[in-house]
Amino acid sequence: MAERAALEELVKLQGERVRGLKQQKASAELIEEEVAKLLKLKAQLGPDESKQKFVLKTPKGTRDYSPRQMAVREKVFDVIIRCFKRHGAEVIDTPVFELKETLMGKYGEDSKLIYDLKDQGGELLSLRYDLTVPFARYLAMNKLTNIKRYHIAKVYRRDNPAMTRGRYREFYQCDFDIAGNFDPMIPDAECLKIMCEILSSLQIGDFLVKVNDRRILDGMFAICGVSDSKFRTICSSVDKLDKVSWEEVKNEMVGEKGLAPEVADRIGDYVQQHGGVSLVEQLLQDPKLSQNKQALEGLGDLKLLFEYLTLFGIDDKISFDLSLARGLDYYTGVIYEAVLLQTPAQAGEEPLGVGSVAAGGRYDGLVGMFDPKGRKVPCVGLSIGVERIFSIVEQRLEALEEKIRTTETQVLVASAQKKLLEERLKLVSELWDAGIKAELLYKKNPKLLNQLQYCEEAGIPLVAIIGEQELKDGVIKLRSVTSREEVREVDVRREDLVEEIKRRTGQPLCIC
Amino acid sequence: MVVREKILDLVISCFKRHGAKGMDTPAFELKETLTEKYGEDSGLMYDLKDQGGELLSLRYDLTVPFARYLAMNKVKKMKRYHVGKVWRRESPTIVQGRYREFCQCDFDIAGQFDPMIPDAECLKIMCEILSGLQLGDFLIKVNDRRIVDGMFAVCGVPESKFRAICSSIDKLDKMAWKDVRHEMVVKKGLAPEVADRIGDYVQCHGGVSLVEQMFQDPRLSQNKQALEGLGDLKLLFEYLTLFGIADKISFDLSLARGLDYYTGVIYEAVLLQTPTQAGEEPLNVGSVAAGGR
Repeated sequence: MAERAALEELVKLQGERVRGLKQQKASAELIEEEVAKLLKLKAQLGPDESKQKFVLKTPKGTRDYSPRQMAVREKVFDVIIRCFKRHGAEVIDTPVFELKETLMGKYGEDSKLIYDLKDQGGELLSLRYDLTVPFARYLAMNKLTNIKRYHIAKVYRRDNPAMTRGRYREFYQCDFDIAGNFDPMIPDAECLKIMCEILSSLQIGDFLVKVNDRRILDGMFAICGVSDSKFRTICSSVDKLDKVSWEEVKNEMVGEKGLAPEVADRIGDYVQQHGGVSLVEQLLQDPKLSQNKQALEGLGDLKLLFEYLTLFGIDDKISFDLSLARGLDYYTGVIYEAVLLQTPAQAGEEPLGVGSVAAGGRYDGLVGMFDPKGRKVPCVGLSIGVERIFSIVEQRLEALEEKIRTTETQVLVASAQKKLLEERLKLVSELWDAGIKAELLYKKNPKLLNQLQYCEEAGIPLVAIIGEQELKDGVIKLRSVTSREEVREVDVRREDLVEEIKRRTGQPLCIC
Repeated sequence: MVVREKILDLVISCFKRHGAKGMDTPAFELKETLTEKYGEDSGLMYDLKDQGGELLSLRYDLTVPFARYLAMNKVKKMKRYHVGKVWRRESPTIVQGRYREFCQCDFDIAGQFDPMIPDAECLKIMCEILSGLQLGDFLIKVNDRRIVDGMFAVCGVPESKFRAICSSIDKLDKMAWKDVRHEMVVKKGLAPEVADRIGDYVQCHGGVSLVEQMFQDPRLSQNKQALEGLGDLKLLFEYLTLFGIADKISFDLSLARGLDYYTGVIYEAVLLQTPTQAGEEPLNVGSVAAGGR
């Protein structure tokens, strides 16, 4: 063992010598000589064991999407995109990385979670952290003053995935945003309408949308006696109320963040309140809050918002919740978060929120940060947290025992005897040319049983069987692969096969 | 985006029509997964900064991640498609559509099967897509790595120079033969008579009759590798005829393809510009699809 260690050390030193010579651009013969020595040493060491230890994994916090997961993902995106399109949104895409300077200073405490690219001699780049800052950059860059757009793409955050279950470092976001100077609260109301439409269509259970306003929060902090400098950090603490109890949050604010206990108590009186538009009315009458101009603005907008939400028929899903604080720095007005509700164990108990599945708000100052003249473009939008939704939908499908097909193949072209590959190739090609989804096994002489098994495993509903006798008769046997007991088989004339398959699979008879 | 959606829609429905399953992988891989898979192109990878964790690089294509997926999940057979962006630190020439971030649409069949059937289906898919997109006339050049290597051997190219000479030959679609010959002789130290022998072969292209002809070639038929390749191409042409696409395929001995990991048949589709004068051969204006075994 010591011998090996000594040899390894020699190899290392010789390797360094060779690298040094190359750097100094020494003569080719000298380098060749030293390389030969290095190779001899390495040969003595024996086969490079480290080369065989190949780590097969995806990077920490990332995952592949298997065909099954892709099928679920496709279903979910379908629902979401249809909703966005129903509301007249255009779609855009942006690069996966931005100039580092574009992302700097936009995410507050979270900036340390940004993935940087290595400096390889060009521009300094970072992977996008969300889709909102790229959107603002796009607006400023193209001097757009209004647009209604959706964007579905992956974003990257160097979170600690071990700590929070289901929290990835690479994950999808589905964003919808309305940019432009419009009459107050109409676009904001539409965003909430979209959120409700999507969450209802996905059928993932009951949900609630909490709504608040940054100005109400800031106003509330002010009148409770929170110093300006502590606003953002107290905000961060209050934001945790959906996961931890009030006592714990109070402890953090007083014990860790140095807030006076009586100030914390005053905050506690407010943040434990939630309700409908009546709570808005109540707070408009609140002796302390009504003294604060910011809070009044926020309350006024929320009152208007509730009027519109009632007209949209969704006010029963909305809760004005003073504990909603939302992490990101760039919100300037209304903020909202949708949570799924777990059915209560006992009647009379309030449903528990089991996690946020969508969120958003108004951010009027972001685009102005990119514009050289500081021109403001007000924006409001929402983001759907699809990763959580993927796992919920997958679980639901499994519970219903609904088989998730990973292909859409309608018919397998099979042969009953040997030496029929040519015929299979001709037939499957004919089907493809007619727009029919078809497959064949990549074997010259497959057994019929194996071909039928393939259909069953993949969920392929039909099989077109070519046989010697049938060829002579000019027919193909078309069999329905529903179950083993019931064999529904019929002879179809070769020239009628395409039409017959289309009829059975509900496809239009012509490819337009 | 509207244009992109239409195109991706057509491409994906073709993949689905052939029974492919969808799949996705992360934008970056462990650096060690990607290292040493791309030959001369390795310097074009985007690395992520070392921020104290694993060393990562942005994926360069969708094929190596696919191979990693198969090995990791111990999958023996799979027919999959993957549409996603890849990243290469090339010299971008946006006019020619060469970006540093771009979308690839891959279709692959993994598994031990009877020869050339899956290979033929890949070419069928390529034809369906290019026809469906209505971009104009196109041609698919086909060759085989074993024929290329066999041809180099019988011409007298030293083995150590194979990959480098391959790279040069690959430029024949953009550069004239005399420029390629110059690069091989002057920059890569190839003996001029060897270069001339190569020249005799690589200027040949045709249908299955050229395959037959090469079988009879006195030098090439001595080479075991080349014969294997030619045999597979013969079988391939039979299947392509049954698929009704043989008229779109050209066996072209100048096709070399950059990537190191091809071991058998290789192909590349090019769009043809209609010739300005009758009797002229159509010029090709660039590759729009490629692949191989």
